[in-house]
Amino acid sequence: MKTLKTLSLIFASILVVGLTSCSNDDDNTVEPVNEEEVITTLIVTMTSAGNPDITLTSDDPDGDGPNPPVITVSGPFVAGATYQGSVRVENRTEDPAENVTEEVEEEDDEHQFFFNATAGLQLTTTYGNFDGDGNPLGTQIETAAGTASAGSWTVTLRHVPKKPNDGTLADAGGETDIQVIFPVTIQ
Amino acid sequence: MKPLIIGMLCLYTTAGLSQNCKFTLTGSVVDSHDGDPLEGAVITGFSEGQVFYTDLDGRFSIPNLCEGTLGLQIAHPECKTQVFTLEITGDRSRTFRLEHHLESLNEVIITGKSYQTQSESILNNEIQRDQIERYTSGSLGDVLKTVSGVSSLNTGNTIVKPVINGLHSSRITIVNNGVVMQDQEWGAEHAPSIDVNTAGNITVLKGASALQYTGSAIGGVVVAQPQRVVLKDSIYGQTLLSGATNGRGGSISSSLVLGTEKGWFAEIQGTLKRFGDFEAPDYVLSNTGVYERDIMVRGGINKLHYGVEASYSYFRTEIGILRASHLGGAADQVRAIESDRPLIIEPFTYEIDVPRQDVTHHTGRISYFQRLKDIGKLTVQYDLQINERFEFDVRRGGRSDRPAVDLLLTTHHLHAGLETRLDDLTSLNVGLEGRYQTNEADPSTGVRRLIPDYDQYDFALFAIADRRLSDQWVVEAGIRYDYRYMDVLKFYRKSFWEQRGYDEEFPELVIEDFGNQVLTNPQPEFSNFSATAGANYSFGDSYVLFANYSLAMRAPNASELYSEGLHHSASRIELGDLRFDSEIANRINITLQKQSGRFRFSVNPFLNLIDDYILIEPTEVQQTIRGNFQVWEYRQTNAFLVGFDLDAQFDISEAFAYSGQFSFIKGYDRTLDLPLINMPPVNTLNELIWTHPQFHDLRISLQSQYVFEQNEFPDNNFDVFIPETGENVEVDVSTPPPAYHLMHLSGDATFRLNDQSNLNVGLTINNLFDTSYRDYLNRLRYYADDLGRNIILNLKLNY
Repeated sequence: MKTLKTLSLIFASILVVGLTSCSNDDDNTVEPVNEEEVITTLIVTMTSAGNPDITLTSDDPDGDGPNPPVITVSGPFVAGATYQGSVRVENRTEDPAENVTEEVEEEDDEHQFFFNATAGLQLTTTYGNFDGDGNPLGTQIETAAGTASAGSWTVTLRHVPKKPNDGTLADAGGETDIQVIFPVTIQ
Repeated sequence: MKPLIIGMLCLYTTAGLSQNCKFTLTGSVVDSHDGDPLEGAVITGFSEGQVFYTDLDGRFSIPNLCEGTLGLQIAHPECKTQVFTLEITGDRSRTFRLEHHLESLNEVIITGKSYQTQSESILNNEIQRDQIERYTSGSLGDVLKTVSGVSSLNTGNTIVKPVINGLHSSRITIVNNGVVMQDQEWGAEHAPSIDVNTAGNITVLKGASALQYTGSAIGGVVVAQPQRVVLKDSIYGQTLLSGATNGRGGSISSSLVLGTEKGWFAEIQGTLKRFGDFEAPDYVLSNTGVYERDIMVRGGINKLHYGVEASYSYFRTEIGILRASHLGGAADQVRAIESDRPLIIEPFTYEIDVPRQDVTHHTGRISYFQRLKDIGKLTVQYDLQINERFEFDVRRGGRSDRPAVDLLLTTHHLHAGLETRLDDLTSLNVGLEGRYQTNEADPSTGVRRLIPDYDQYDFALFAIADRRLSDQWVVEAGIRYDYRYMDVLKFYRKSFWEQRGYDEEFPELVIEDFGNQVLTNPQPEFSNFSATAGANYSFGDSYVLFANYSLAMRAPNASELYSEGLHHSASRIELGDLRFDSEIANRINITLQKQSGRFRFSVNPFLNLIDDYILIEPTEVQQTIRGNFQVWEYRQTNAFLVGFDLDAQFDISEAFAYSGQFSFIKGYDRTLDLPLINMPPVNTLNELIWTHPQFHDLRISLQSQYVFEQNEFPDNNFDVFIPETGENVEVDVSTPPPAYHLMHLSGDATFRLNDQSNLNVGLTINNLFDTSYRDYLNRLRYYADDLGRNIILNLKLNY
């Protein structure tokens, strides 16, 4: 086996050196690629005067790797309260972390966030900001908590959706950039 | 090659009719040394004193022969005159080999295999030039599908990968003008980088018996050979023009060939092809255009004792991929599959937007042969291939202009072979070859490398012998050894490296730690043996039986070993395994062929037992912040493929002929006792051809193509959560589409312009009834229907 390997290497050297002289960049320095477009982290911060702030976070440091995202919700919503929310997305594979929200806001006509609560959950979300054409964007939101209930609240970011759309994911189309399902309770 | 000249050279003589004198002897006269056809050989020995001559291709046809023993004398200016006797009991076909009487040298017996024959013990399915010309604006995969048992794995209608008896990608070796293609064939959406217009003849071998090229062709070998140059002082050319309604585009392909009596020759050939969005019966398939530019030049000298040829070819294609097929995860897939129309339909355009591929392939080749006294024909070849692949994706932040995949694959290859004759009946072909390949993945894409950087070294030795035991029996045996060493630089995500247990099994491979990624340096080695043995037996009027056994081993490719991450164009996570070993295939192939007569057929049953077969299949659904993705993992299992291909032709009357094909294949996973994924469904092709030679060689054909529903498939369906309803929905990615039936109509006629030129006009209507259908082996079948009606006008000018 060793002889064959040597033979192959000698043979290849003859080929490369003898017949061409173009492959001289054969140094062993390869750079790692940090995924530029990946979104690892989604943070929704909810504030409501007189009530404790709520932070909903999904963090997936290995991106498309095998580890699932870690989803945390800092506390329950207060029944009857209205929250001002802001949505932030980051790429933490880069150092320092890249704020992807800026990119989304720059390309506001190509993006839209969607917020869906499951049937039992009394949580209604309305858009707080819009793109240049007056269609919803959703990095700023207003969320009203109704009566005490529990369920899941899904945040979806769609790239190149149909705009305007009827507010449903099905009608909007496009490609899913993020989708996080938060377990939420209203007390 | 040129029907016009053939027609002029063929001398047909009418004989007086007598009882039982209705048989025809057809065949060819070839040089016994290299199998080259002998033009102008004189065939005599008939009672009426008739004389027949062979045409440019060495072929002849002698009609109206009587039953009984026939004595023939064949003479050729450069050869010894020889006498042959044969029994006439029906229509016969035979090849006569003449021995050169060498004036300058003493009796040197140098014989090689026929130029055309790639294997003696397996049926050589040949696609002739006129058939290739009908697909001038198509792709190699489209042409190969005309052979029974060959189907295609499509991504839309422009990325067409050949599938031979259920196997594709790295399991099929494609040889173009003597060069084994190295064009990143590992991917399901990577089509061969070949312009079909450069081929004069294509041979398909369903099995791994062409050991002079490869030992790893578990699926089969495709050999495309350029048109033969006539070594006479001549200059001739051809232009093919094609226009199609579907895609609203066409192609132009032109070639010019120069040949001289002294053996010098040169050829230049170019093709330009452009299509806009193709259309299904009910909608535009947005972003499916294609733009291809190819050029090929070659030249050299071809003498009896030596020859040199140099060639260069450039192939560049830009292919749009159906916009509606680009998805962001499993939830998007649910929507796409549930909708019976593609989710994105735009007006027709010639523009090719993202997602798209841009592939460039350069091939350079120099080959030299020398006939050595008492030794044989020595051939040395060097070839260089550079394949550059860009894949552009729908990206955020203005990155769509930056490729998401940027791979540069460079291959150097050196081959030395000796064809020799051990005695009058036995020939031997031995050789050795070496290959150096390097892959560079450009990190500036901003996307983790799908295929890592690597250097690959191959070294191989082979020997193939065939022996003619009698007029009826030819036996063949071959053996080949392949050694491969790879030097890979691969970045792994640390989480994956640990989850797989690689950190404990292969800690020594890690050469640098980058925090969330590790750089590793695997250096696998593979030692593979392949062998083939078989025979052909000619009997009766025109029957030949081929029987072949082959053992083939294939080393896993870079994709199977090192894939790790999201494959955007497939919207799935693909995982390889660096522990893979070589696949080992044992294949038995039997073909019974009847070559001539009114009724001709071939039936080809086969059995392919593959150990450590590498397949990719869905294993789970992985949750990422982008939503759920299906995880497709490569795994090794034991597979079993069985089936048969049937071809038949029947001359109903002088004007009408029938031609039919039927292909049946089943593939199973022996370990799990389940059907294999993506096995071609049973299909049949039936054609009625009407010819009317009196009127410009008019030929009209009506073709019916019926593809059955694939009823055996593994269940890979999975559940996905839909936030709007709060429910889990099953995603059906497994169920094959229903059976479909298409009709095609085509006609062509040849018009003589002057002594040297003729014009062939062909009109084809594919999918005559504009039927909506989807094909199981089209990867975009979830998202859109296949092509609707297409009217194609082909003009062929020979000059």
